[in-house]
Amino acid sequence: MNRPRHFNLLARVLHWSMAVAILAMLFVGAAMVVSLRHREFLLDLHRPLGLAILLLAIVRLVNRLLNAPPPLPADLPRIQVWAATASHWALYALMLAMPLIGWAMLSAGGYPIVLFDGVNLPAILPHSPAIYGFLRPLHGVLAYVLFFTILAHLGAALYHAWVRRDEVFGQMAKGD
Amino acid sequence: MSPPKPRHGSPLLLLPIALIIIALAVLFAWIGGWFGNKNVTPQTMVNTAEASGTQQPGVRRAHAKGICIVGTFAPTPAAAQLSTSRVFSQPSTPVLGRFSSPGNDPHSPDNKAAVRGMALQLKTDDGQEWRMAMNSFPFFAASTPEAFQALNAARLPDPATGKPDPAKMDAVLAAHPEIKKFMAWSKSAPTPDSLANTRFNGVNAFRLTNAAGATRAVRWSMRPHTPFVAADPEQLKTADRDFLAADLDRRLAAGPLKWDMVMQFAEPGDPIEDPSKAWPETRPETLAGTLTLVRAEPQVAGPCLNLNFDPLILPKGIAGTDDPVLHARSSIYSVSFNRREREISTGNLHTGSVR
Repeated sequence: MNRPRHFNLLARVLHWSMAVAILAMLFVGAAMVVSLRHREFLLDLHRPLGLAILLLAIVRLVNRLLNAPPPLPADLPRIQVWAATASHWALYALMLAMPLIGWAMLSAGGYPIVLFDGVNLPAILPHSPAIYGFLRPLHGVLAYVLFFTILAHLGAALYHAWVRRDEVFGQMAKGD
Repeated sequence: MSPPKPRHGSPLLLLPIALIIIALAVLFAWIGGWFGNKNVTPQTMVNTAEASGTQQPGVRRAHAKGICIVGTFAPTPAAAQLSTSRVFSQPSTPVLGRFSSPGNDPHSPDNKAAVRGMALQLKTDDGQEWRMAMNSFPFFAASTPEAFQALNAARLPDPATGKPDPAKMDAVLAAHPEIKKFMAWSKSAPTPDSLANTRFNGVNAFRLTNAAGATRAVRWSMRPHTPFVAADPEQLKTADRDFLAADLDRRLAAGPLKWDMVMQFAEPGDPIEDPSKAWPETRPETLAGTLTLVRAEPQVAGPCLNLNFDPLILPKGIAGTDDPVLHARSSIYSVSFNRREREISTGNLHTGSVR
């Protein structure tokens, strides 16, 4: 099978829009838990943005499974190939898991899951202090894991663009 | 023919890459309060609440002692004109609630508590939910969460003497004179002899929006049908530490207990964002409905124990104002809830520690 030279348009649009959305989400989340005055405003952003990321991540995963990505450079050291593959699948796992954990955690906490004023999502777990007490810290820990994985991803992308100067950055930045 | 090999850049370019990554990490840590945050945070406020007495795991950091209550809310026809919330058009809404005493001790003696709390959860048939947390004081102790935190910190025992430092309290009262007004109320106001005849006040201001889109700032209160009787200070001294629960059970066995929910409307210039200032009693009021309680049960295995009565969980048609204390309560309750549920989850509990 011929591998394309670039990610397809849908993959590129989803990558860059979700990059903005996920970074915004992480900063909103980090800020809201220590804010005395802006928690409600930030939480009202956090929930619908989280659902949007979940839906986009599903579309993205399907697109990724149906369309082969462009190949990594043939001369890339094996350890870097491994790191690239592992971090990409970690990013997929986290961007699907984080919104689901958030939704599950609010369900287990007995909270209404408010999407917009007047529109609530159904609970996906029963009200359970034991489950909430496990999922809530997990949501916070995985947010830091996601943030550091994104930093590694960004560092690697810039390394390809500025130091190796190979085709990797262009595969996601430009079309055919 | 193979394509020409790309020309590699200088390894020195790793430096700006590292700087970008470090800058992002530092920014994230700063936003998340890991360093440089000199503001009062929900975490520091909950830490102070925990330090106010021996903190038991799995229980609330404030208003730890409580009783679960069950009943209904029935609105008046006038209420439907105030807000589109289904609570005001549905004939009857089931209520789950909680009476509470202040402090972080789930066994605190009722006869020493000057303040009582009433928290409610109303779930309507349109899937919307309203939680409120009211108190028996007519206005809040402080104008801002920072002033309230300063007050609570000044009440903590000084490590050197084992007693609160009066100089610290003097400094807090000088900086936040509104607290003196609260202290005067707390010293002079007669304590009702029962939960059934205690009036509970929302204290914070909210906004009601009706079908015509008109929005009004309100404060609400729950006014008991049971006539007020002041507790005798002498009898209070020797009263049982759980006398409020026993009294409640006795009264509920004889019949339901009722409170009128009254909405008080602000007029232009009223301090909407300062819960330490009550609005004049001459402000227009509307009877919005009646709360009827039919049953009480101990919180230990009760349905109210593991609910966060966050006053910013509001149905469509009711919204919070910019009252900073209202927003701080939401933030602080969340931290308290997260900590106690985590303790329950990790099994870090002494069985039977929760009444």
